[in-house]
Amino acid sequence: MTTSSTSPRPDSLRSGTQERGGLLMEGVTLTLGDGDATVTALDDVHLEVAAGEFVAIVGPSGSGKSSLLAVAGALTTPDTGRVLLDGVDITRASAREKARHRRERIGFVFQSGNLIPALTTLDQLRFALDVAGVRPADGHDPRELLGRVGMGHRAKHRPHQLSGGERQRVGIARALVTRPAVLLVDEPTAALDRARSDDIVTLLAHETHESGVATIMVTHDHDVLGHCDRVLSMVDGRLSE
Amino acid sequence: MFLAWRELVFARARFGLMGGVVALIAILVVLLSGLSSGLVNDGVSGLKRLPVTAFAFAEGTKTDSAFSRSTVNVNLAEVWKSRDDVGDAAPFGTMLVNAKATTSAGAQVPVDLALFGVDPGSFLAPAVSDGAGLGDPDGIVVSETVLDEGVAIGDTVVIDRLGTRLKVVGTTGDQRTFGHVDVAYLPLRTWQQVHAGAGPGDEVRDGAYEEATAIALRARDGDRIDLPGGDAAAGTTSMTLDASFSASPGYSAETSTLTLIQVFLYAISALVVGTFFTVWTIQRKHELAVIRAMGASTGYLMRDTLIQATVILTVSTAVGFLLGVGGGSLLTTTPMPFLLEVGPLVLAALLLIGLGLAGAVAAVGRIVRVDPLAALGGQR
Repeated sequence: MTTSSTSPRPDSLRSGTQERGGLLMEGVTLTLGDGDATVTALDDVHLEVAAGEFVAIVGPSGSGKSSLLAVAGALTTPDTGRVLLDGVDITRASAREKARHRRERIGFVFQSGNLIPALTTLDQLRFALDVAGVRPADGHDPRELLGRVGMGHRAKHRPHQLSGGERQRVGIARALVTRPAVLLVDEPTAALDRARSDDIVTLLAHETHESGVATIMVTHDHDVLGHCDRVLSMVDGRLSE
Repeated sequence: MFLAWRELVFARARFGLMGGVVALIAILVVLLSGLSSGLVNDGVSGLKRLPVTAFAFAEGTKTDSAFSRSTVNVNLAEVWKSRDDVGDAAPFGTMLVNAKATTSAGAQVPVDLALFGVDPGSFLAPAVSDGAGLGDPDGIVVSETVLDEGVAIGDTVVIDRLGTRLKVVGTTGDQRTFGHVDVAYLPLRTWQQVHAGAGPGDEVRDGAYEEATAIALRARDGDRIDLPGGDAAAGTTSMTLDASFSASPGYSAETSTLTLIQVFLYAISALVVGTFFTVWTIQRKHELAVIRAMGASTGYLMRDTLIQATVILTVSTAVGFLLGVGGGSLLTTTPMPFLLEVGPLVLAALLLIGLGLAGAVAAVGRIVRVDPLAALGGQR
């Protein structure tokens, strides 16, 4: 571990709406598979998302959208290029350091929420704080955040008692409660109807602008792109405006 | 810790089922431990209560049946006594006989007796809680358990076939058994007659009065005796009191069988716990991937699982032991050899918990292989 691993981020990066570093990807290439069956998942990808900016990435299945989330989310190490999160280069981090970057700098919103079945709505958020090793202090108040995503009245419910849209709201709150620098959203509306999808993406846009997180949303759903600051499309691992 | 407790409560039915299995195993372990201790007590409590450090048997006697095979010359006691580290030494005779006791009411009670022949003036002579001590040639001091069979002090005991008449003069006031047979102390000289097969009025063959089973040794300080040195000087094969237990009838066979069963129970418990946590981990694979994607370290997840295993194992072992001890204490009032001892029970509890944890540790190794990448995409 490096020395930075034990020292907390400066308070200015933790509290409220202060400016954070966002995400920067430069010349990122990723090849999947081995031997003859290799696939170029990411082909010289450049991407910069500023703090408080909401970027959508659209593209067909297998175009590399998930790979981009995996590299940006410190789940996969790219073959070439570099990735900066909140001004920190995570490209060559060890598995252990990657886990630390994920809990300190990254929030994930998964398809259909992916909540923990054993936990109530409030505990989903408190659990995220526990994993991140953060005390629920100012700016990390789970109850306040639940209220903001419109789930204050469902604090004691477990995932199986919630609708798909409600699960996704809790998933967004869980990702934001640790105050990440980057929010990575994977097909958030895949399991939702038209109206609910619109609600969820509106919420994401609002929270992105309010909390100053750099948000990347990967989606199939062209109907929701109107809420995004920028839309990029991905084909065969190449990213374009 | 945060998730561990909440999952225990949430999946209480599943954890309860596994805990129930462990508790049942714990009950079995307690009962077997009690049976084991009871059998040991039944087998060698007569030896345990002798103030003896070691026994010297005839040279070259096979260890596993030394008490029934060995015959030594009583004069060897003097050789041992002359050694610096031996505080006292005395000839000791033992043999099993069938006899009939005639009670004061005139009833005939068949009794099996382990005769312990000791010199009435030696350190081996038993303390009596009731009646008189050894002295009369035909006076015997018996284990409390003989009185439980309806024999009373003052009754006459006649040894089958020989017709030797003995009189119960006193009792030790506690259980003294040897090879599951009640102990009766009698004067060494009378023992020698019985051992030589001489009934009342029979001629006792030459040398019979120089024979004993072994020389009983008592250390001068603590329990340190130079046994090899003494063996070389006296021409004997000696073993400590504890080692001599396995020279008692049936002792090794009984204890090794019960030990084997208990080892199997520990292994079953470890496997049950290991299997449960393997399935539990596989079931939560996607959930674990999500938690890892959230940045939880492997240690964080393993700690949670081990906390769950520790809680379940401790609670179910405690419940099983309480039920086992409760049920077992009912058995102690029956003729079944059953004895609950704190030492073996504590050891058994620690083994159950420890080996169960080992099973859980083997299972949580799978957590390392959960790839957080699996959290992306639409598996759910």
